[in-house]
Amino acid sequence: MGKKLNALACTLVRTFLLGLLTAVALMLLPLQLQAEAVKQIIRIGNGTEPRELDPILSTGVPESHIEDNIFEGLCSRDPLTEKTIPGAAESWEISEDGLTYTFKLRKNLKWSDGVKLTAHDFVYSWRLALDPKTASEYAYQLYYIKNGEAFNKKKITDNTKIGVVAQDDRTLVVTLERPTPYFLDIVAFHTLYPVPKHVIAKHKEKWTKEGNIVGNGAFKLVEWRLNQHIKLVPNEHYWDKDKVKIQEAYFLPIEKAETEEKSFAAGQLDMTATLPTVKIATYMRDKQKNPKTSPFRRSAMFGTYYYQFNTKAKPLDNKLVRQALSLTVDRTLIAEKVARGGQIPAWSFVPPIEGKYQPKKYLNTSVSKADIAKAKALLKKAGFPDGKGMPKIELLYNTSEGHKKIALAIQQMWKKHLGVQIKLLNQEWKVYLNTTRSGKFQISRRGWIGDYLDPNTFMDLHVEGGGNNEIGFAHPEHDKYIKLAAAESNNKKRMDYFHKAEAILLDEAVVMPIYYYVSNRLVSPKVKLVDNKGKLHPWRGNLFDRLPLKHYVMTK
Amino acid sequence: MLKYIIGRLLGIIPVLWVLATITFFLVRLAPGSPFDSEKAVSPEILAHLKAKAGFDEPLPMQYLIYMKNLLQGDLGPSFRYTNLSVNEAIATALPVTMQLGLCGLIYAIILGFGLGMFAATKPNTLRDYGSMGFSLLGVCMPSFMIGPLLMLLFAIKLRWFNVSGWETWKDMVLPSLTLGTIFAAYFSRLVRVGFLDILNQDFIKTAKAKGLSARRIFLLHAAKGGVLPAVSFLGPATASILSGSLVVETVFNIPGIGRFFIQSAFNRDYGMIIGTTLVYGVMLILLNVVVDVAYALLNPKVRYD
Repeated sequence: MGKKLNALACTLVRTFLLGLLTAVALMLLPLQLQAEAVKQIIRIGNGTEPRELDPILSTGVPESHIEDNIFEGLCSRDPLTEKTIPGAAESWEISEDGLTYTFKLRKNLKWSDGVKLTAHDFVYSWRLALDPKTASEYAYQLYYIKNGEAFNKKKITDNTKIGVVAQDDRTLVVTLERPTPYFLDIVAFHTLYPVPKHVIAKHKEKWTKEGNIVGNGAFKLVEWRLNQHIKLVPNEHYWDKDKVKIQEAYFLPIEKAETEEKSFAAGQLDMTATLPTVKIATYMRDKQKNPKTSPFRRSAMFGTYYYQFNTKAKPLDNKLVRQALSLTVDRTLIAEKVARGGQIPAWSFVPPIEGKYQPKKYLNTSVSKADIAKAKALLKKAGFPDGKGMPKIELLYNTSEGHKKIALAIQQMWKKHLGVQIKLLNQEWKVYLNTTRSGKFQISRRGWIGDYLDPNTFMDLHVEGGGNNEIGFAHPEHDKYIKLAAAESNNKKRMDYFHKAEAILLDEAVVMPIYYYVSNRLVSPKVKLVDNKGKLHPWRGNLFDRLPLKHYVMTK
Repeated sequence: MLKYIIGRLLGIIPVLWVLATITFFLVRLAPGSPFDSEKAVSPEILAHLKAKAGFDEPLPMQYLIYMKNLLQGDLGPSFRYTNLSVNEAIATALPVTMQLGLCGLIYAIILGFGLGMFAATKPNTLRDYGSMGFSLLGVCMPSFMIGPLLMLLFAIKLRWFNVSGWETWKDMVLPSLTLGTIFAAYFSRLVRVGFLDILNQDFIKTAKAKGLSARRIFLLHAAKGGVLPAVSFLGPATASILSGSLVVETVFNIPGIGRFFIQSAFNRDYGMIIGTTLVYGVMLILLNVVVDVAYALLNPKVRYD
């Protein structure tokens, strides 16, 4: 009897305790849910400290990441579809000859200080950007506009002759020099963002400082701590403010990739700017195991890593030598075993543009026996059988472990396949820029990231006399096709001209593309992109490496 | 003594003038300029950029203008950061570097002196070997190795601190430890030697003979002479801590003056290079004066009158 009572008591106590626990748990549950409400704060690693935040003057990527959020051009870019979408302009009309663009601005546009923004602000800003006194390094982005280049180069002095007119407060008429099918991409670029006249008049060149700066983007800058962080909060005067989910955004200038990666691992960052090469393999393995939770993100970029041959220097003035050298570089090997960042071996100078420009297979991405035989024959024909009698060749790159590894690999390939011995020379960045700009090199490393999504941004590099033509390349037929493309409004014909010009460029082998750039970074799976219909998508990168936070949301 | 101090302080002026002049011309001799950029800039715009920065004047004229501004305490504009004067940059960054340096130094002194004295109490015992072994380890580990190790343990595994940044007091802990450890190690060895040297001297034997307690002898009689070698190392140590903070600032992403110093050289930011060099110059000279004075106060053999 006693035993039974005891057992009963035990059961009762147990049941009571269990009930109590359940009740407490139930009471705590909503509390916990409340505590877990997601804070809309995002912290982004942003490379270096911005030089300035004047969209007209700036040239760097870290600057543009912030400017894209505190300013807005007539158009902007959709991070999901990569398409050009309306920004400050709600619509536009293009004349049949492709020379006149009439933009209709949105109703009630305002600057972040509440002052009205009109089409006159765009006229003011574009004239300012083209003003030679402003000395904007990217002024050439406005050379498409009628008389833009002439005014910037002081050939005319009357800025009202520039092809941009405000018909009324909401109508902006832009006249171009020649049809420019990618002009809408250009107006989405930061050099063409509007800047506030009333603020510049008041603060002069100090207008972008914390406390002074006023923009028209989805966010506004509230804190700028030198070498520490830049803080953005939503702009309550923005036309589409209801779409903005992020409440606080911090951009941190973390220069060392290793420090950035560790900061991410410690939960201090939601997104990094880069990823150290040595860590890529580890993160990729983790991604294969846990595809859902892995923070590793890789995206293609519109850029090419290449070597350029100085056509004014012996023996590279000989086309046959250049062709032989280009033939014997195993691009797949370099991308996969040397660079090891997921880069894509290049077969053309212009990276492929989906649905617009598919470059032909100008180059073999790996070296076959036939390639070697062909290269040897070319070299023999040039008068250097098995590399004998070849003048000394020096390969120049800017000091960096990554560039060095690639240079070493290529040095080996040429020695092994052709018997050609080259010397490697590295120079610190500014020295290297100076040397290449003045053409005092034989072979040099170079990278190019397109300014807009059109082959022209690559193809106009090697026009005779062009500022970026460091190799002294002069080919009238090549230049002719570039000019024809510039004057052509039919897109298919334009692309044909580019194909023809690119075929010449690569047959002449003055550039030796190695790989197309990709960007690797870490992004917390909490960061999601919102599309037009409010649907969430996992974060993914875009071709121009833009971070439009308006489309971002933080989730659990 | 006062006369000596004033004399030393006045001596700083010609040194700084020479430093500023040499730096001014050396940076311009280096190939590359602040205006070199990856994408081609048209000659017209380049001319404007140069005119804006006062580069259209001949070099001797630029030098005179720079010196004139320098006399008024104006270090000129930065050629990299539009809208930022070198004075502003130094005003925000110098306090950070000083805080970091001071914390690192205090930590190095406390740990170093403590460890050294601890070892000196029982020389050639396990206690001695243990502390000196530890300090040997500290001397051998460079800060770019200690830093990431500390990050890995305390920031990533335990999550007690942040990996990078300079927002709260907690952000000072790991960088200070990284910066100070090597100097703590040096200090401990010097303090140990200093104490052992003094403890063998006659006046200590006298004190012992008089029946004073070992503790009293150690902390009162031996201490003054015992710390001398370490004190004379204080000057070079502080200087090295300042220059060592260059590495630590980069590793922990701290907004100190070291980052401006390094970046300005890469960017050919002439104004910033000269400005930060001068700041380091002033700090090093002042520190040496302070140490010389402290040495005179502690060591009866040294007098400056």
